[in-house]
Amino acid sequence: MAVLTAAAAGAVILPLVLIFGFLLWQGASAINVDFFTHLPKPVGEVGGGMANAIIGTLILLGLASLLGLPIGILGGVYLAESRDRRLPWIVRFLADVLNGVPSIVIGIFAYTLVVLPMRRFSAASLREAGLALGVPEWKVVLRVVLPTARAGIVTGAMVAVARVAGETAPLLFTAFGNRFWHQGLDQPIAALPLQIFAYAIAPYDDWHRQAWAGALVLIVLVLVVSLMARLVTRGRVGAVR
Amino acid sequence: MADGISVTKLNAWFGPSHVLCDIDLAVAPRAVTAIIGPSGCGKSTFIRCLNRMHEVVPGARVVGTVLQEGQDIYSPGVDPVEVRRRIGMVFQKPNPFPTMTVFDNVAAGVRLGGVRDRAILNERVERALHAAALWDEVKDRLAKPGAGLSGGQQQRLCIARALAVEPEVLLMDEPCSALDPIATARIEELILELKRDLTIVIVTHNMQQAARVADATGFFLLGELVEFGPTSQLFTKPVDKRTENYITGRFG
Amino acid sequence: MAVVFGRSAGAGAATPTVPPLAGARRARRRFGDRGFREITRAAGLAPLVLVAGMAAVMAHAAWPSLRRFGWAFITTSNWDPVAEQFGALPFIFGTLVSSLLALLLAVPLGLGAAIYLAELAPRAVRPPVTFLIEMLAAIPSVVYGLWGIFVLAPWLRTWVQPALGHTLGFLPLFQGPPYGVGMLAAGLILAIMIVPFITAVSREVLLAVPRMQREAALALGATGWETTRIAVLRYGRSGLIGAILLGLGRALGETMAVTMLIGNRPEISFSLFAPGYTMASVIANEFTEATSDLYLGALIEIGLLLLALTLAVNGLARLLVWSVGRGPTVVRE
Repeated sequence: MAVLTAAAAGAVILPLVLIFGFLLWQGASAINVDFFTHLPKPVGEVGGGMANAIIGTLILLGLASLLGLPIGILGGVYLAESRDRRLPWIVRFLADVLNGVPSIVIGIFAYTLVVLPMRRFSAASLREAGLALGVPEWKVVLRVVLPTARAGIVTGAMVAVARVAGETAPLLFTAFGNRFWHQGLDQPIAALPLQIFAYAIAPYDDWHRQAWAGALVLIVLVLVVSLMARLVTRGRVGAVR
Repeated sequence: MADGISVTKLNAWFGPSHVLCDIDLAVAPRAVTAIIGPSGCGKSTFIRCLNRMHEVVPGARVVGTVLQEGQDIYSPGVDPVEVRRRIGMVFQKPNPFPTMTVFDNVAAGVRLGGVRDRAILNERVERALHAAALWDEVKDRLAKPGAGLSGGQQQRLCIARALAVEPEVLLMDEPCSALDPIATARIEELILELKRDLTIVIVTHNMQQAARVADATGFFLLGELVEFGPTSQLFTKPVDKRTENYITGRFG
Repeated sequence: MAVVFGRSAGAGAATPTVPPLAGARRARRRFGDRGFREITRAAGLAPLVLVAGMAAVMAHAAWPSLRRFGWAFITTSNWDPVAEQFGALPFIFGTLVSSLLALLLAVPLGLGAAIYLAELAPRAVRPPVTFLIEMLAAIPSVVYGLWGIFVLAPWLRTWVQPALGHTLGFLPLFQGPPYGVGMLAAGLILAIMIVPFITAVSREVLLAVPRMQREAALALGATGWETTRIAVLRYGRSGLIGAILLGLGRALGETMAVTMLIGNRPEISFSLFAPGYTMASVIANEFTEATSDLYLGALIEIGLLLLALTLAVNGLARLLVWSVGRGPTVVRE
């Protein structure tokens, strides 16, 4: 029986090995200084980088944290300290359940709440144009609020940030992506996961290579933050479980 | 036929911590032996060494000889699982399996032994419940969950569960400490009946309980067996000064 | 302010010797305390507000579609943006089938790995393996999708699907041309993605089983596996079901990897080789191209369905998982 379950554990880990292996193999070869410093080249041309996407992801993370962390941390303090009777249970339950809501649904919520009203105020109708006018990208913040309200403060914040870094779906119609530097906080902005997605489904080999490189950078970012979170827990007793 | 237990030079560790030192003790067959002493003296550890439960904890170690039915349960090649079938145990807090019925609880150990036949199971369960003085109270609710009984009933259920596998020895680790006085009295009555067929070792922090049920008593202090003898003698004319101090309440 | 002063005045009245200055300081501290409490309570209410707000906002935006199609929305399978006909059945079908396929593969592996880690593995092996499995859970969806497109799908197309077609092709499940992408690829990648969650939650459930239950079984003469079977697994039964439901919840909402691997064709087919479409994928693909209020409303209505579905599954799952420990256990995801 021990052998069977050990085999199951092995089967679970196998994809991790395969995925990391491929990431390193394909991605490492495409990573160079250009990747971090250049903008994407026009369609069909080889070379260029994902500088705007990397910066874009960092900006989005910063904005999301700025807006989401305070609410999340205060909420966490409430759960730990409050002497209310039933409310904390409900809050904890809903926070957990909300954590399972697909990120794309959150994206719709953000779109209808923020993007649509901003669009209605604009002079021309721009949906057909493809390049939007009033498009803020910071509703991905919602993703940060929910997990933080539960676990230990610093760990929760870091874990939340790590997860948000990898989110793609809600950005599809809030950030929209941009092949250039963004022009302001109400303009479309590039992000690493978006760029990876766009390159992966395109027909150009060079773009595929860059997608692997982008994935490698993204994973390193996510893992570094996750690892930092674990190291912090080891020192402190504060984190719950 | 129940046999006694002969303990020679028993030592036990939790990691680096030496918790039992050179224990020599003879448990008489078909009698009740009580183990008393203050908290932390090693009495629970001692009793758990008798059915090889101590070594289950990571980092725990046992050295010494424990003879039961002429065989050293610690000799290499002896299967601890087998030992635990012959030497049963009841714990401080009643722990019936909550997702199982009363019947299934009592039958659990029997089923582990490979018995499938419904008739045999019925017979063993009924016999065990009679022996644990629980039959009349549960005979109409055998199919109800094991957790729905009172504390005292749950403990007797655990005793029945242990008895169903027909062990030769029954170890009881402070079995009444979580129970009210009435339930405690019933279990003490039960112990006096059970000793006709079983060898019983009971750990208790209640000296009056030891005086009521035990034929022989051992006094442990800081991992050592300080004194061991017939209960009446230990309580009225203790040989060791430390024993006298404990039973007169000077510490503990 | 008046209320606060009223309180401190009450305390002052009880001890008439307290000088007025100390009373004011106490009032300020009490207000600070209460202010802090109110702020944290407001922050704590955020999840509540979000759930209600989300449902309300989305229902409002989906209204054109809700009003036009009513129940037919979930029973018809005609998805035709040009003709403004929107039936969501293919997406519901695709979501359910891909998720159930993923569960079928992930549950035995996930439970097995959890039992290994919680009960049977040598102590030295447990931390590194647990760590590796948690790392799997941290990989972003788009990276899974990337690997799926360039590694998994070609492997399916070249080796697995032809082999399945040859041996089991008499079953409608394995018929049709081997595209690589399709329901099978989507189910597989979903399985890989949810297995770490099922393992992690199940492991925590098993670890929450009280030691006394294990000891009860051991004392009866149970072996290691028998102890696991009768004391741990039975006791943790409802929590394990909760873990499985959590995996299901994750699979239902998974977007990027599935979008990249399912073929994106709104059809209902009984073959695993056929391309399909899920609720999350259609939203991801078509949201930015929705040209009319009705089109957008239909997509948002699908989002609303997805929200309701995942809320229900996750809610039930949490209750079950919490029932094994003593109240809300923090489940690390």
